[in-house]
Amino acid sequence: MLLAFDTASPTVTVAVHDGTDVVAAATAAIGMRHGEQLAPLIEQVLTEAGITPAGVTAIAVGVGPGPFTGLRVGLVTARTLAHVLEVPVHGVCSLDALAVGAVASGVVDGDFLVATDARRKEVYLASYDAQGRRRSEPVVERPAVVASTLPVIGEGAALYPDSFPDGRAPLRPDAAWLARAVIGERVEILAPEPLYLRRPDAEIPRAAKAVLPDAAPTP
Amino acid sequence: MTADEPLVLGIETSCDETGVGIVRGHTLLADAVASSVEEHARFGGVVPEVASRAHLEAMVPTIQRACDTAGIQLRDVDAIAVTHGPGLAGALLVGVASAKALALGLGKPIYGVNHLAAHVAVDQLEHGPLPEPCLALLVSGGHSSLLRVTDITGHEGGIDPLGATIDDAAGEAFDKVARLLGLPFPGGPHIDRVAREGDQVAIDFPRGLTGRRDLERHRFDFSFSGLKTAVARWVEARERSGEPVPVADVAASFQEAVCDVLVRKALDAASAEGIEDLMIGGGVAANSRLRAMAEERAGKLGIRVRVPRPGLCTDNGAMVAALGATMVARGRQPSSLDLPADSSLPVTDVLAG
Ligand SMILES: [Zn+2]
Repeated sequence: MLLAFDTASPTVTVAVHDGTDVVAAATAAIGMRHGEQLAPLIEQVLTEAGITPAGVTAIAVGVGPGPFTGLRVGLVTARTLAHVLEVPVHGVCSLDALAVGAVASGVVDGDFLVATDARRKEVYLASYDAQGRRRSEPVVERPAVVASTLPVIGEGAALYPDSFPDGRAPLRPDAAWLARAVIGERVEILAPEPLYLRRPDAEIPRAAKAVLPDAAPTP
Repeated sequence: MTADEPLVLGIETSCDETGVGIVRGHTLLADAVASSVEEHARFGGVVPEVASRAHLEAMVPTIQRACDTAGIQLRDVDAIAVTHGPGLAGALLVGVASAKALALGLGKPIYGVNHLAAHVAVDQLEHGPLPEPCLALLVSGGHSSLLRVTDITGHEGGIDPLGATIDDAAGEAFDKVARLLGLPFPGGPHIDRVAREGDQVAIDFPRGLTGRRDLERHRFDFSFSGLKTAVARWVEARERSGEPVPVADVAASFQEAVCDVLVRKALDAASAEGIEDLMIGGGVAANSRLRAMAEERAGKLGIRVRVPRPGLCTDNGAMVAALGATMVARGRQPSSLDLPADSSLPVTDVLAG
């Protein structure tokens, strides 16, 4: 029993796979609020699958890239659950899970890209071959810099049609495909480490700031 | 310690410390803390994203370390408690999500609790059951409040805020003045250390909100912004005149001004409310001068002072576990699995629904 979930997009998505196929899956009705929605959704999907947490034998989690706060909710949940249940946890690039879903459902039949929303007018992007195998490391970039006429899976094309004219569904990761990708060994398994691709925003302050407006500049 | 007291694991991630504590009733079994403070030092303050990343990396190892120290298995735990606010939103979320995963995986109840109330509850691990009512003075980098505590679980208005800072928190003032004096971040421990060599009456720094007219409107409130500016003016005037800055005297006089206001107002509140027990918590409660001054002045008024040891005053998981254990012991309703992280949780909301 593989429990799979992804929180690298605004959508919280959870699925259980019994080794043959997906036996239960659910997607949060509203976007965001990963911290509130993930645990109850896991509980719901496990119940639908007819198992208790103790019945889970492995966990698969999307490791991004994606907005950091939501991404961490998925990763810390996966790591903690795996620790409690003493089961392995498989990390999967969230873009890869989208790619596998697109290939398997026949949305693409040649080379293509996956682009998701990285906010700040940028996209997370990776390129794939016809079998859905990733050709390069995912990047975060402005759409105009990585513009392409190839088919583009994911929300990036819907947001930036000028740069990606051939946008196609699915738009966001789906845990059902994440689970199938892992069980079918169609993706590279990664450590459950977040793919941030960006450094934290932080500035090193210059010398102590003067409190008085007329103060002499400090060295 | 008796085996029928609840065994509770508490998680704290509201700022830069990843804390996991384990208690049985009022007995501390483990207090594991991983701090990212060194990663923030060069920025002169806590960087939220840096703290959140560190929490994710430290979470599971810290849980494991706490269990090893306590000599328990996770499945032995009766309940999970977690800080769900107030604090840094992204940082809180890491702890809340991890706590939910524990609760879900173990099939045990979860209690989302208030960080400030946990700073008060932690004293039970050192001095036994909290006298109720008691007056709590909470002072740290993020908060400065006076609370009337009649029920630490917050039941039926059990925590009543009498006053709070109207600008900077006390700990914030320590950090800013430390920076002004060229002392490292976080400032509290360094000012405390340097001040021991200084003269606390060398410079007469202002005591915020203690004037007669201020007392009418802000009797139990604090203000440290004016003090910080006064210190800055004094230091800059010295520098401009080319004289050396007597760092130890400035630190001692500043610290004296902060502690004087805190103790004066806390004892005034206790007397006004007819409360005989004063509890001091939060990171600034680790300050040696604050402890000494509170004990000395309270003694004259017949007020008892309880201050946890410094390691329990700074943010940690044991304080969350201590409050969680009280929730269990008093039969409070556990929180639901969709409990949110609330960065601006009011002090009166002690337990999430
Ligand atoms: Zn605190």
